[in-house]
Amino acid sequence: MLTEALVLSAFLFAVGTFGFLVRRNAIIMFLCIELQLNAVNLSFVAFSRYLGIEGQLYVFFVMTVAAAEAAVGLAIIISIFRHFETVNVNNFNLLKW
Amino acid sequence: MTLPLVYSALQEGHEILAAHEVAGEAFEPFLPGLVILLPLLGFILNGALALAASRRSADALRGGAELDFFEGGKRPWTHSLPTWIGPGVIGLAFLIVLVNFTRMLGADLHEPVIRHYWTWMSTGAFQVDAALQLDQLSMVMMLVVTGVSFIIHVFSVGYMGEDQGYPRYFSYLNLFVFFMLTLVMGASFLLMFVGWEGVGFCSYILIGYWFTDKAKADSGKKAFIVNRIGDLGFLVAMLLLFAGFGAFAGFGTLNFVGVFAAAPDALVYGGGVVTAITLLLLLGATGKSAQIPLYVWLPDAMAGPTPVSALIHAATMVTAGVYMVARTSVLFALAPVGGLTVALIGATTALFAATIGLAQNDIKKVLAYSTISQLGFMFIGVGVGAYAAGIFHLMTHAVFKGLLFLGAGAVIHSMHHALHHTHNDADPQDMRNMGGLRKFLPITWITMWLATLAIAGIWPFAGFFSKDEIIWMAGARAGGVSGGWYTLIWIMALAAAMITAVYMTRLMIMTFHGKNRTGQEEARHLHESPWVMTVPLMVLAFFSIFGGWINVPHAISDSFLGGFGLLPMTEWLHEWLHPIAGVATEIQAANAGAFVDRAPFGGGELLWAVLSTGAALIVVLVSARVVGGFKILPAGESPEPVGFKKVLFMKYYVDEFYDRIIVQPLIRASRFSWKVIDAGIVDGVANGLGNLARALGWFGSLFQTGSVNTYALFLAIGVLVILGVVAF
Repeated sequence: MLTEALVLSAFLFAVGTFGFLVRRNAIIMFLCIELQLNAVNLSFVAFSRYLGIEGQLYVFFVMTVAAAEAAVGLAIIISIFRHFETVNVNNFNLLKW
Repeated sequence: MTLPLVYSALQEGHEILAAHEVAGEAFEPFLPGLVILLPLLGFILNGALALAASRRSADALRGGAELDFFEGGKRPWTHSLPTWIGPGVIGLAFLIVLVNFTRMLGADLHEPVIRHYWTWMSTGAFQVDAALQLDQLSMVMMLVVTGVSFIIHVFSVGYMGEDQGYPRYFSYLNLFVFFMLTLVMGASFLLMFVGWEGVGFCSYILIGYWFTDKAKADSGKKAFIVNRIGDLGFLVAMLLLFAGFGAFAGFGTLNFVGVFAAAPDALVYGGGVVTAITLLLLLGATGKSAQIPLYVWLPDAMAGPTPVSALIHAATMVTAGVYMVARTSVLFALAPVGGLTVALIGATTALFAATIGLAQNDIKKVLAYSTISQLGFMFIGVGVGAYAAGIFHLMTHAVFKGLLFLGAGAVIHSMHHALHHTHNDADPQDMRNMGGLRKFLPITWITMWLATLAIAGIWPFAGFFSKDEIIWMAGARAGGVSGGWYTLIWIMALAAAMITAVYMTRLMIMTFHGKNRTGQEEARHLHESPWVMTVPLMVLAFFSIFGGWINVPHAISDSFLGGFGLLPMTEWLHEWLHPIAGVATEIQAANAGAFVDRAPFGGGELLWAVLSTGAALIVVLVSARVVGGFKILPAGESPEPVGFKKVLFMKYYVDEFYDRIIVQPLIRASRFSWKVIDAGIVDGVANGLGNLARALGWFGSLFQTGSVNTYALFLAIGVLVILGVVAF
């Protein structure tokens, strides 16, 4: 049972990572990060069945942080969109030397 | 009129002395710390005034005009207060010293009294206290330093009165006295060294007092740098004393009391370590006291104001080396080679500098070489182990050479005014431009003649007793170990004494006698100095006459030269300094033989005293006749000296020689290390490393694209790599 859950978790994480690396739309990349976070949540839940309740406790932490991050991140994306009228990250490379 | 007065005063001193031998009270110092602090206070107050004055003149400069502090004949407060503060603090210090001196006279003092104030530094076994040492030797030095300083401070009021930097001058002079007192009162080698460096620094700023003149500023630098060589010797000697070398484990302390108590047991007589220590100390002394090979800075030091030359470069600072040898007499007694070297250097310097003095035309240069020569005599004294004689000459020389310099100052002051009024740009210090000044400066003329007779060693002036004592003591060792050397020193000293009489007479004749060579218009502006300058001359003249009577040897005191016992204080200084020099004298007597009461070629002390004063008198009279017969032309019309006279005039080309073998190679080496080693190698490595770092940075910056995807990719790769490392 644990193995299946972990495989699913790893698959979801890999999908999230791949999506983050290859997509250029900021909102899609953002959703990929959510996917990665939830993949981790899944393994937490799976482990908590064998190792104790702390795993589920961490899931709540992650969800709280993800919610906060979603609020801030979306706000940033919206303000970027208002400025550049696009959310394609290839256009945003000002932050360098 | 004054003679009976002096006599009774001296008689009284003698009675006090006689009383103290039976009395035997403990010596209780009176405010010794204040003696040092008063000059420091003067420095701070005068320094504050100098800063206030400089702020005013800077404001004026910003407004586009140079400020004349004496405009309209009025002195601003910054320039009138130093008149009272400068000499005042020194006078007070002198009074305190006098109180201490009378107390010490009445006390029975065998061990030095140490006044401990606080621990200066303490690291492991090394501890130095801020402590003052009061004993017979430091007392004599305190008397000389504060007394002569006070007189010269008073003289300065007149001499420097119209100088724009008046408060600055007095602050420097006060600071000098502070350091000089630290030097003579400090209770350890390190405190002495503090004073030693301090007076060197003050000498530097006072030589370069008129620093806008580059030649004068350079003279200050020369004095400072030449002294560094000697100071290195002092420093290494201190390290050897503290930490030891080879079989000698070191004293573990730098306190005079500790070192000198342990020295006779800890050091082997004539051993390598103690010889090295004394020779290194001697190197320090040759720097400070202007002896061969480090004397070259003193003639150049005459660039400073003349009272500075009198105080620092004649009476006090330059005698620090003599004081140091007398202070460390135990070490020098343990190292016969060290002592002999001191005496030999002294004799060579005395003769060498005296001959240069014969051909100089600058009045201060003659006196400078005379000072070097007289310091040589003091070195002979302390070198042969006659410490009291060396210190005795130090005292009398401080008085009569101080007087000669102040007299020269008065002459230069007057000459300067006369030449200034007539817009003549001739050199006011060149004796060829003077002549016949006795009509215009009668007090200066008489007092300087008294000092000349004193320095020439003519009975009964001060210099006769002190110089004769030194020459006699040098001869008195001719019968002992390495007697040949001492015979040589004795002959050289006698010759130098005769030459002294020649060049001093020449100076007096050229300056004060013969026809006036200033020019008629100039001569009308020549005038005697104000009383604030002539009174110091008279005070010093008084001591130039009678100062020698404090230490008349028995052989002379009981003869007709001493009025058959009429001179009151027979060998007073000798007995006074016995607690200091006694140990050294015993060590020397036990190992190298005592002083013999006989000159190298026979004859007793009295005979040689009569011979030397007679010879000196004849030399003075003859050279007065000879120089009086010369046709002297003003500096502008004089021909160049030729032959040996030119060699003397050019000071044996020693400066040129030093320039060729030391200064120029040093400059070349410095240029090499600047251009090749520093600019080439060191800077090359530093710049190379900088360029390397910049190139690496540039390469690294290629990875910073500003694009989120690149960063995410590297992040992912990094995570994979770390996971790979952890997993396998």
